[in-house]
Amino acid sequence: MSDTVDKERGTEDTKAGSGSAPADGADGGAGNGAADRAVDPRLLVREQGFAGYLTEFRRKVRGGELGSLPVILGLIIIAVIFQSLNENFLSAGSVSDIGVYIAGTGIMATGIVFVLLLGEIDLSVGSVAGVGAAVWAVLSVTHGLNDWLAVLIAIVAGLCIGGLHGFFFAKVGVPAFVVTLAGFLGWSGLQIWLMGQEGSINTPDGSVVEDLTGYYFEDIAAAYGLALVGVLAYAGALLVDARRRRAAKLPSRPVSEIVVRTVAMAVVAFVAAYVLNQSRGLPLALVLFLAVLVIADFGVRRTTYGRQIFAVGGNAEAARRAGINVEWVRISVFGIAGMLAAFGGLFIASLSGGATKSLGAGNTLMNVIAAAVIGGTSLFGGRGKIWSALLGILVIQSIQQGLNLLGMASEIQYMITGAVLLAAVVIDSVSRRTQKTAGRT
Amino acid sequence: MAKESVLALRGISKRFGAVQALTDVDLEVVAGEVIALVGDNGAGKSTLVKTIAGVHPIDEGSIEWEGRPVSITRPHDAQELGIATVYQDLALCDNLDVVANLFLGNEARHASVLDEIAMEKRAMELLDTLSIRIPSVRIPVASLSGGQRQVVAIARALIGDPKVVILDEPTAALGVEQTAQVLDLVERLRERGLAVILISHNMADVQAVADRVAVLRLGRNNGVFDVATTSHEEVIAAITGASDNAVTRRQARTEKEAAQ
Repeated sequence: MSDTVDKERGTEDTKAGSGSAPADGADGGAGNGAADRAVDPRLLVREQGFAGYLTEFRRKVRGGELGSLPVILGLIIIAVIFQSLNENFLSAGSVSDIGVYIAGTGIMATGIVFVLLLGEIDLSVGSVAGVGAAVWAVLSVTHGLNDWLAVLIAIVAGLCIGGLHGFFFAKVGVPAFVVTLAGFLGWSGLQIWLMGQEGSINTPDGSVVEDLTGYYFEDIAAAYGLALVGVLAYAGALLVDARRRRAAKLPSRPVSEIVVRTVAMAVVAFVAAYVLNQSRGLPLALVLFLAVLVIADFGVRRTTYGRQIFAVGGNAEAARRAGINVEWVRISVFGIAGMLAAFGGLFIASLSGGATKSLGAGNTLMNVIAAAVIGGTSLFGGRGKIWSALLGILVIQSIQQGLNLLGMASEIQYMITGAVLLAAVVIDSVSRRTQKTAGRT
Repeated sequence: MAKESVLALRGISKRFGAVQALTDVDLEVVAGEVIALVGDNGAGKSTLVKTIAGVHPIDEGSIEWEGRPVSITRPHDAQELGIATVYQDLALCDNLDVVANLFLGNEARHASVLDEIAMEKRAMELLDTLSIRIPSVRIPVASLSGGQRQVVAIARALIGDPKVVILDEPTAALGVEQTAQVLDLVERLRERGLAVILISHNMADVQAVADRVAVLRLGRNNGVFDVATTSHEEVIAAITGASDNAVTRRQARTEKEAAQ
């Protein structure tokens, strides 16, 4: 609130205020403000109809609220470039592979989005993923425990590990960066110890973990059905919301906007379903990833718990004064990140054919954090969307897939992924600065 | 005074280690009245307010709420009674929109799913009855001006239907017009029958909206003045202790001698 633009805004506001003050005095502040609510040209009242929607969109972009725009443009550019270099990039098989490969790291990135919303960082997710896979492999394969139970124990182990990080951060007050850096080292040690002499434990045939990325719904009805259910649910939610808002006499989305959104959603969903059906059908991995995203998104946007996460990420002191249990929110968020990391680790184990000593090491951590940030979740806390995990991981996986098709060495992939991550953070920082000058942090 | 007091402090004392922050302080707060609490830095205004808000429990003395003695030991106790405090640092979340800030920690919900529509409707009604004008209830608080943020912070205190509202320096960082907006709001709170305790360093503000002025000096009561019948100078003198120093004592003595 210190820059000149804000001050200018402030004085303008008050000019308007003084202009309307006599009117208030006349009606004695009788509480019928809604009726005489003066239409002020500077107020951010959305014009009715689709034109209003476009105006607001333009205003938002100018103000630095880019949202998902850069990522979607980036995805289109990536698709065009790689398709022109290698015609197999957008083939059904390639797209289907991307759909399967994004699941593991994407689920981990969803956990990272939670942590980033708090304004913190979790550097241990790669190691926790490795521990999750190792716990499952040792219990299920070496000790012959029930497969489902082993999977459950692996996920709970992730939850406990994350909760432990959260405890040291929230209760003891160690910076999250340091706690999770220690975890990064410590848990990868535990992983190697658990794996013992063997070094790797292969996924047995027919196990739950093999199915995670190996199972496809071959019936074409599955993909189309899921697309249909998704689109109908989306449109239904928008319509119900708009009707309730109209009933409550609040500004609501115009029908034209709902139609445009639904059509866009339907095009994406059905094209994806069509392409997947051209290959091996709807992958189970993608269904599970989408389920995690939908549940997490609902939790973050529509529940009190999600509101508390945003509040703590925005201003922890204000959250505390509002009666929010800040420590519990922090511990639980790190727990969620750990849980999703272990769950994602099982997908990675499934893809690579088993748990190994080095699962989750290397660039897994970087890819996961990069995905969350590229998708548009701010590193500075309190701003972001769960869906950014999907968009970000799509960008990263598309680049890897494209470079693999072109036969590029992994060192080149590292450099390109690094450059994309830097670009994403630059966009985040610049849009934050633009938002500040436009008065919208 | 015809009206009954909502909140009465009797003989409040508070020590922090070797520092006697408050000594035997009395304060009476009446519904539908704005009482200004003034005093120099270190006079004990903030401490007094924090004892009422439950941040610091009192050492001695008693607190009466609507005539019956109560004990306030935690912020929660004060909120239960109906005391809302708006602190100097506003305690708003910049990244959340106005509605989310107004209802933070007190959300309308079914099970734990937020009822955004109910909250937005109530927020609009509340802001309308207070004649608060902000661009939209769905923009982040960060994009509001200082005065708008202050009125949102005050409106936030009203969500729980309190009977006493404590405003700690509400106009400290505001421009002339924004100060006027906040003062308008304070008057509207009074019209709604709330008791308002206004802490301020700005005597012009105090004279503009307060009914009574309670002066604290060095942790003690130094007079309660009726704003309508008291001059600016008298209040200033009570704050600074200007009426009680070597010069004035000598003046009084010589005047008395002259009279004799």
